[in-house]
Amino acid sequence: MNRNLITGAVLSGIFVAAALISFVWTPFDHSTLNIANKLKPPSGAHLLGTDHFGRDILSMIMVGARTSIAVAFVAVGIGMGVGVPLGLWAAARNGTWLDELIMRGNDLVFAFPSLVIAILITAIFGAGAVNAIIAIGIFNIPVFARITRGAALSLWQREFILAARVAGKSAARISGEHILPNVANLLIVQGTIQFSLGILAEAGLSYVGLGAQPPTPSWGRMLADAQTLVSIAPHMALVPGFAIIFTVLGLNLMGDGLRDLLDPRLRVARV
Amino acid sequence: MSLLDITNLSLSIHDYSVLHDVTLTVDAGEIVAITGESGSGKSMTALAAMQLLPKGSRTSGNIMLGERDLTRLSERALCDIRGNEIGMVFQEPMTALNPVQTIGQQVAETIRVHHPEITRAAAMARAAETLARVGLPSERFPLSRYPHELSGGQRQRVVIAMAIALQPRLLIADEPTTALDVTTQAQILALLKRLTQEDGMGLLMITHDLAVVADMADRIVVMRQGKVVEQGATHQLLRDMRHPYTKMLFAASGHLVNLPPAPPPRPLLKVENVSRAYRLPRSSLFGAPSSMTAVDDVSFTIQRGERLGLVGESGCGKSTLTRALLGLEQVQSGAITLDGEPVFSGDKPNLAVRRKMQVVFQDPFGSFNPRHRVERLITESFHLLPTPPRGAERQKMIDEALIAVGLKPSDARKYIHEFSGGQRQRIAIARALIIRPDLILFDEAVSALDVSVRAQILDLLAELCAAYDLTYLFISHDLSVVRTVTDRVLVMKSGKIVEEGPTAQVFENPQHPYTRKLIAAAPVLPDTSKVPV
Amino acid sequence: MEFSQITFGRTGRRRTARIPSALMLRYTLKRFVSLVLSLVVASMVIFTVIEIAPGDPASFMLGINAQPETLAALRAELGLEGSKTTRYLAWIGGMVTGDFGTSYTYRTPVLDMVGDRLWVSLPLASLALLLSTLIAFPAGIYAASRRGQAGDMGVMGATQLGVAVPNFWFAMMLVLVFAINLRWFSAGGFVGWDKGLLAGLHALTLPAIALALPQAAILARVMRSSLLDVLGEDFMRTARAKGLSERQALWRHGLRNALIPVLTIIGLQFSFLLAGSIIIEQVFYLPGLGRLIFQSISARDLIVVESVVMLLVFSVIMMNFLVDLAYAAVDPRLRART
Repeated sequence: MNRNLITGAVLSGIFVAAALISFVWTPFDHSTLNIANKLKPPSGAHLLGTDHFGRDILSMIMVGARTSIAVAFVAVGIGMGVGVPLGLWAAARNGTWLDELIMRGNDLVFAFPSLVIAILITAIFGAGAVNAIIAIGIFNIPVFARITRGAALSLWQREFILAARVAGKSAARISGEHILPNVANLLIVQGTIQFSLGILAEAGLSYVGLGAQPPTPSWGRMLADAQTLVSIAPHMALVPGFAIIFTVLGLNLMGDGLRDLLDPRLRVARV
Repeated sequence: MSLLDITNLSLSIHDYSVLHDVTLTVDAGEIVAITGESGSGKSMTALAAMQLLPKGSRTSGNIMLGERDLTRLSERALCDIRGNEIGMVFQEPMTALNPVQTIGQQVAETIRVHHPEITRAAAMARAAETLARVGLPSERFPLSRYPHELSGGQRQRVVIAMAIALQPRLLIADEPTTALDVTTQAQILALLKRLTQEDGMGLLMITHDLAVVADMADRIVVMRQGKVVEQGATHQLLRDMRHPYTKMLFAASGHLVNLPPAPPPRPLLKVENVSRAYRLPRSSLFGAPSSMTAVDDVSFTIQRGERLGLVGESGCGKSTLTRALLGLEQVQSGAITLDGEPVFSGDKPNLAVRRKMQVVFQDPFGSFNPRHRVERLITESFHLLPTPPRGAERQKMIDEALIAVGLKPSDARKYIHEFSGGQRQRIAIARALIIRPDLILFDEAVSALDVSVRAQILDLLAELCAAYDLTYLFISHDLSVVRTVTDRVLVMKSGKIVEEGPTAQVFENPQHPYTRKLIAAAPVLPDTSKVPV
Repeated sequence: MEFSQITFGRTGRRRTARIPSALMLRYTLKRFVSLVLSLVVASMVIFTVIEIAPGDPASFMLGINAQPETLAALRAELGLEGSKTTRYLAWIGGMVTGDFGTSYTYRTPVLDMVGDRLWVSLPLASLALLLSTLIAFPAGIYAASRRGQAGDMGVMGATQLGVAVPNFWFAMMLVLVFAINLRWFSAGGFVGWDKGLLAGLHALTLPAIALALPQAAILARVMRSSLLDVLGEDFMRTARAKGLSERQALWRHGLRNALIPVLTIIGLQFSFLLAGSIIIEQVFYLPGLGRLIFQSISARDLIVVESVVMLLVFSVIMMNFLVDLAYAAVDPRLRART
C-alpha cells in the first residue's frame, strides 16, 4: 500500500526489536572484556566482529540501540509535551503580548543549538545520558511549538472554529476539541522526524563525550572509540555508522509514508 | 472562417472524462460566454483552448486558431502563441500576480518574452501605455507598485493588461469578476467590452453568472457535465431556451421564494451606536499608528419575525458587525441587546443571549470539523444550554433537525465529507436550528452554491421561517438573493448604514447615491418570466 | 521625486516613491531592536547557567591547600568578587569593548585564545554553508523540474540517505578513503593560514564536505518542496499564459518565491553547522572553537566556556538577523506588513 511506510517501519522496527531483545538476551555480555580476542572482523562467532577490548559489537549495538532510542524518544516527549501546549496557547491568543512572548522565547531557544545546550548543562552537572535528553528535548520544544502554532493559526480562521465559538466554547476547550485533533497528523509526522534527528544528535553528543558515559554503550561512543582504529579495524566504525543510518533512514521513510497516508488532501484525492 | 474553432473536443484527465464532444466558435470582435454550474467543464474548455491543461490530460478533436490546430502544435509553438495571439485572464486576481515583482515588470514581461529585441526601457514604456489603457495610469499607479499594494479590482486590471499587452486576437477570461465586488465587476466587464471593441478581439468568457452572461455576450454556450447542451446568439437563446437544463438554470437564477408575511414590528435585536476600530500598522517610520473604523456608529433594530438583509461590498464592515452581533468580538462603544439583554456582559459573551442566536456561514466545506460525525457537529450548540439533552431526547432533537432541513435521521452517523455542498449547507442550517433560536444570521450562506442548489436552499429557508417562527438576518453581497429573501434591507458602506427600508422600496427607488450605484452595477437577468418552467 | 510624493486617490495616502526605503528602514530597525533584545536575554541565560555551575574556579586552580589570602587575591584578579549584577555588567561591558576576561587555566586573555580559533571555525562553517548551498540549489531545482521522473527519484533517494548520515561518521569515512587510502589530504590538523590560503583551504576541504553534505541533503529537499509548492501557484499559470515556457516560468517567477522558505532553513542550518563544526573539529583535530570549548570544560575554565558559548549564540542570532533582512529583500510584502 505505501512502500515508504512499510520499508521505514521494517527498518526502524528491527532496531526497536534489537533494543527490546537486548533486555533479555544478547549474544555476549556487552561489557565483558576479552583483550585476547580484540579487533576481530565479523565472523561466525562474532557476527559483527569485536572492538579494541574484545567486546562483541553486535551485543553493544543492541544495548546501544536502547540508549539511542530512549534518549530520542524522551526528548521528543519533552518537545511535544511542552511545545504543543505552548503552540496551541500562542495560537489561541494570537496577536497578544502572550503570543509574542512565546514566539520570542522560541526564537531565543532556537539560537542555542542542542550541542550548546548540552555544553551548558555539562558545565553545571557534568556529562551523562540525562543531559543529552534534556538538551535535545529543550531544542525540540520550539520546533513543536512553532509547527503547532502555525497549523493552529490557520485552523482558527476556519468557519468550524467560529461555529464552536458561537456555541460558546472556551478557547482552551476549542483547542483541545477541534484544534489538537486536526493538527495531530502533522505532529505525528514531525514527531518521527524529530525522533530521527534526536538519534543523530544523541550520537553526536556521545561522540564528543557529552552523552552517555561508560560503561553504558552508545553508538556515538562506539564511533569515538573506532576513530583512531579506523584504518586497522574499519568494521568498528562501519557497524555503528550503519546502525545510525538505517535507524534514521527508517524513521524518515516512515515519516514520509505517514505524511502521505495522513495528509487529508491526499486522502480526498484517493476517495 | 472563425477566429477560434473548437470541434468535437473531448478531454480526459487520468482516465477521468471531463469534456465530451465540445464544439464552439469565437469570431473576431465577438463575445462568447460559456456558462454552467460547477463540474460543467467550462474552465477546462478555456484551459484547453490555451493548451495549459494539467498533466495527465488526453484530448481528441481540434482546436483551430485560424489555420493552426493548437492540439497538434509543439510546446514551443504554443509558447509563441500564448500571450501573443491568445491572452488569458484568471478568476483570482489576488493570487494571479507574482507577489515579488512589480506590476511594470510583469506587464513588460509579456512584451519582452515575445519580442526580445525590444529594450527593457521600451518594454516598460509600452507596459505603462497598456496599464493606462486598462485604467491604471502611471501617474497614479507607478510601474514600481507591487501587487499587494493594489486592490482586487486593480490587480485584475493588471492581469488584463498582461493579457492584452500585445493586442492578441483572442482573449480568454475565466470567471474574471467572480472574486470582485459588484461595482468593481461592472467596471471590469465594461473594460473587457471596450477592449474587445477597440482591438477587434474575440473574447471567450467563462462565467457561472447568468446575469453577466446575458449582459455581456453576443453568443451563449451552456454546458453541463462536460457537454454543450445548448448554444446560440444571446437574444435567440434567451427567447427559445430549447433545452430543459437551460430553462432550469435561468429559472433557478431568478428564483423567487414565497416568504410568509412579516408579523407586526416587535423589536428583537437592537444595535445602538456601535463602533469598532482596528489599529493599522504605522505608515511612516516614527508616525503614530493610524486606525481604521470598521463599524462606525451603527444603529438598527431587527423586528421579531422579519427577514432583514444587510448588503455591502467587501471591506464595508459587515463581517466585523456580524462578529460583534454574535458576541465574538467586543465593540468599543455602543450596545447590542437581544430581548433587552446585552450580548456581551462585562467582557464575556453572554451565553443566555447566544442561545437565542445562531449562525450559518458561507463555506460549506470549511464550516465543519472533518473529524466529527454529523450528530456531534449539529449538537455543538447544546453547549449553550444549561442542561444539554441526553439519550432519547437528544436523539429526537437530532432527528427532528435533520428532517426539518430535508435530510434523513440516518445521516447523523456520517462524516461531513460524505455530503455535497448543498447538503452541507443543510447540515449547517440544522446545526443552527437544533436549539431553536429566535434569530439566525446567514453570513453569505448561499454565495458558494450553484444556482440550482441555491434556489433549493432559499426555498428551505422560506419554509423554515414559517414553520419555526424564526427571524433572519441575511448578510450578503449578492443583491438578487437579498432582494428575494428579505422584507427589509440595510445598505452598508465604509462602516456606516447609508440606507434602510423595505426591500422592494429600496430596490425600486433607492435614495442614497451609493445604493443607486450598487443597484445600477448589479447585472440583471433578462425577464424570463414568460418562459414556462 | 516631487511628483511621486503627491498623495493620490484611493491608493494614495502614502508617498509612493519613498515607500520601499522607508519601510525597509523601519523593518531593519525593528529587527535590530529584536536582535539586541535577544542578545541581552541570551547573555543573561548564559551568565546565569555559568553562575549556578558548581565549584569555585579560584579554589579549583589553586588546589585544596591554598591560603585564604592567595585565594581572595586570585578571586579579585579573576573578577569573581562583587554582586551578580555588577559581575554580569562587567562581563557584558567587557564583551562589547573586546575584553573577554582572562582564562583561569592559561592566564591569557580569552579574546586571544578565541581569536585564533575563530579563524578556523568561522571559515569552516562558512565554507560548509557555501558548499551545501551550491550542491542543494541545483539538486533541488533539478528534482523539482523533473518531478516524479527518474531524475527526481534519484535525487530524492540520495537526499534521503544524506539526511540520515551523521556528519562525524561521514567525516571518518572521508578520512579513511581520501586521507589514509588515497593520501590526497592529511588526516587532520591545521597548518595555519600563514602557510597560504590554498594550504589552509586544503586542510579544511574534507571537514567542510563532511559538514556540508548532510545539510545539503536537507536543503535540497526543502528547495524541491518549496519550488513544487510555488509551481502550483496561480501566478505560475499566469506566467505560462503570457507565453513563458515551463523553464522560463520556473526561473523567472518560481525561484524567487521559492527562496523564502529556503532562506529560513539556511538560517537554521547555520546554527547546525556551527554546532556540527564543533564535532567535526574533533574528528580532524582542528584547533577551532570546538576543541577550545571541550578543553575548557574539562579544565573547568568556565570563563572561556561562557565566552565561546556567547560567541556561538551571537553568531546564530546575527545570522537570523541577516536572514530576516534577506527575507525583506526577497519579499516586498514583508516590508509592508511590519
